[in-house]
Order: sequence, then C-alpha cells, then structure tokens
Amino acid sequence: MRAFAALLSREFGGSQLGAGGLGVLFFLAVVVLLPLGLGPDADILAQIAPGILWIAALLASLLGLESMFREDFETGSLEVMAMSALPLEVVVLAKCLAHWLACLLPLAALSVPCGLLLHLGAGESFNVAIAMLLGTPAFSLLGSIGAALTLDARRGGLLALLLVLPLSIPPLIFGSLASGGEGSVPSLLLGAGLSLGALAIAPFLSSAILWARLRA
Amino acid sequence: MNRYAHPTHFMRISGIALPWLVVASLIALAVALYVSLFVAPEDYRQGQTVRIMFLHVPAAWLALGGYVAIAIASVTGWIWKRPLADVAARAIAPTGACFTLIVLLTGSLWGKPMWGTWWVWDARLTSVAILLLLYLGYIALWNAIEEPVLAARAAGALALIGVINVPVIHFSVSWWNTLHQPASVLRLDGPTIHPTLLVPLLLMFAALSLLMVTITLARMRLEILRRRTRMLLLRTAQA
Repeated sequence: MRAFAALLSREFGGSQLGAGGLGVLFFLAVVVLLPLGLGPDADILAQIAPGILWIAALLASLLGLESMFREDFETGSLEVMAMSALPLEVVVLAKCLAHWLACLLPLAALSVPCGLLLHLGAGESFNVAIAMLLGTPAFSLLGSIGAALTLDARRGGLLALLLVLPLSIPPLIFGSLASGGEGSVPSLLLGAGLSLGALAIAPFLSSAILWARLRA
Repeated sequence: MNRYAHPTHFMRISGIALPWLVVASLIALAVALYVSLFVAPEDYRQGQTVRIMFLHVPAAWLALGGYVAIAIASVTGWIWKRPLADVAARAIAPTGACFTLIVLLTGSLWGKPMWGTWWVWDARLTSVAILLLLYLGYIALWNAIEEPVLAARAAGALALIGVINVPVIHFSVSWWNTLHQPASVLRLDGPTIHPTLLVPLLLMFAALSLLMVTITLARMRLEILRRRTRMLLLRTAQA
C-alpha cells in the first residue's frame, strides 16, 4: 500500500500534473470558443453543452496518455517497476489513477461552472459533473491500453489517439446521455458500469502488453 | 497442419497455388458480375438499384469475417507462437479495410435513392464506420513498430479488443430498430430473400471470398519475403 501511494504521488506530481494543466486550458478554450463559433444563442448552447463538455474532456484526457509509460520506458524506470514487489497490473492502476486525478477530475469539477456559462441549468450542470465522475475513469483505463500499445511506436501519441478513440465511444455516448432528461439515470449507471468493466480488463491487458515489450 | 505452418513449406505450396487462384478468382468474379448485372431480375420497387446489394452484402460479410479472422490468427500467433499466423493477420487487414470502405460507399450510394439520404447516424452505419477506424488503427500499429514480433503482439491485443464490435454490428439492426433493414439471409429461421436474388448474392460472395483469399496469400508471401530481407540486412549490418 505504501509503495502504491508512493508511486501514485510520483506519477501525479511528475508528468501528469503538467498534462492535466494543459488539459484544463484546452477544456476552457473549447468552452470559450464554442459560443464564438456557434453564436451566443442560449437554446442551442444549452442543447449541445453536455456533449461538447464530454468531447472536450475526452480529447483533453488524451493529452496525458503519452507521458503515462513512454518516459519511464525510455529511462528504464518501467523495468524497475516491473521487477519491484508491486505487480505490474497495480503499477498500471496507479498510473491510471494518477492520470484520472490530474487530467479528468479537475474537468469534472470545472464542468459545473462551464455548464452554467453555456446556459445549462444548475441541476443539469451538476448532472454532467456527476456523470463525469462516474464515467471518465473508463477514459483513463482504456487510454492505458493505447499508451501501452504505442510504447515505442513512431509518432506514438497520435497513434494512441487513433487506437483509443473507437474504444472511448461507449463511455462518451452514455456519459453525454446521462446529463439530463429522459433515460439519464440508466445512462449514468451504464457509464459507471463501463468504468467498472474497464477497471476489470484494462490493467491486465495493459500490463500483458507491457510485459510482451519488456521481455523482448 | 503444423507441417504447413512452416514458412518454407508455405512459400512452396502457396507459390504453386497462387497462379491458379488468381485465374479462378478472376473467372468467378466475371461469372458473378454477369449474373448479378444481367441475369438477376430487377426489384419491382427498387428497380435497378437492387443490384448494389450484390456487392454491398458480400462485402459486409467479408469485412466482418476478415476482422474475426484477424482476431483468430492473432490468438493463434500469440498462444502457439506461430509467426505464420501473425503474417496472416497482418495480410488480411488491408483487404478487410477495403471491403469495409466498399460497404460504406455502396451503402451510401444505395441509401441516397432508397432512403433519401447519403448517411444517417444509425446504429449499424456507425458501427461499420467504427470498424473501419479499428482496421486503420490496426494497420497503423503494425506499421509503427519496427520489430515484427512486438508489432504482432501489440496489434493482436488491439484486434482482440476491437472484436467486441463485430457482434454489435451484426445484432445492431435487431437491437436498435432504425433505418437499416434487419438481416434477411443469415438468420435462424432461414433466408427471407427470394432465390432469384439469393443465387447471385451467394455467387458474388464466393467470388469475393476467393479474391480475398488470393490477395491474402499474395500479401503473406510478400510479408515473408520482407522479413527475410530484413533478417539478411540485419545480419550484414552485424557482420
């Protein structure tokens, strides 16, 4: 547990915090640019706000993926982690958690004020935030698969994006459906279920991919 | 089977078979095209546009089948350490991606006169578009990693995740009842399509399958030669 906490704080303070800061800026930029591009009509903005916030969160979360394993792999730290007492699956989990805390949790919090800025009601903005809290862990976990696959690939960051996007479609659909109106509770539960499903699969798959690379 | 899984055997046998396969698939394609364009009757409601189906439906089956074949080959390559299976998985991908593109293009050409729109965000159309993305990601991952064994492991893992999409595509039309019609050939209670349309459809499916096998074999041979060249270059670089 202490090793897990140490790893988590290392990951969080190291690379992910910077990526998370960039992600927040990206998220805010999308929210500011949206009314400029679409015009300030309150009805239109309120209608598309949940979907836009979710898409912005997904794209912002991709920023942190490249730093998840690549640097540690190049410096050899990943090998040390793999040899440590901590199973590699748990290492992956710590990295996913750090990624989520740095890149996605702030966006879930920010979606309340941003929703209000986009003329979404207070209740609905709050719903978006809850849906993001439950649904976005899937982005970090599925993202770890993309990051592991493109560990030493040429132009890996861009490739990880291409690989992760199709996998991220279900959480995106249910997440933006969960933000209000009819069927929002089942969608919320489905989004949370997808996060749990990803939690059950992604750490094992990512660490299997990483092992295949480290053994070679 | 093991004996044929050796690349040297494979090169010898496929070298003999390939010219025959090329001729056979060209003949089959010519026959299937003739039957579906000239022999098959027009539909009384859809007119000539029904002939799009003869390309659209077999291409859809092969696009899905190709992806499943990639997944099976990847598992075989991973578990039983057969390089030839990895080679096969890589060789299938471009043809499968092509068929996926054909499905999307013919579907939209057919959709314009029949549905009045080129594209709708219907469950089946969207999931086929995702299939195309998965194919492209798979091909890109192979190209991005230099060492063949590592590339095979990474691409195989991706193929296994993406294979979840295949049942979604097949059943999407029954689960979400939207614009795309439900299956009329591959269903439990027998086909509901008229035999005069079913025969050309199956002929075209046979011809395109033969074509896919031929192209895959040719690509496999190419990939094996590419790997041998790579080994030779590495060896001369070390010496």
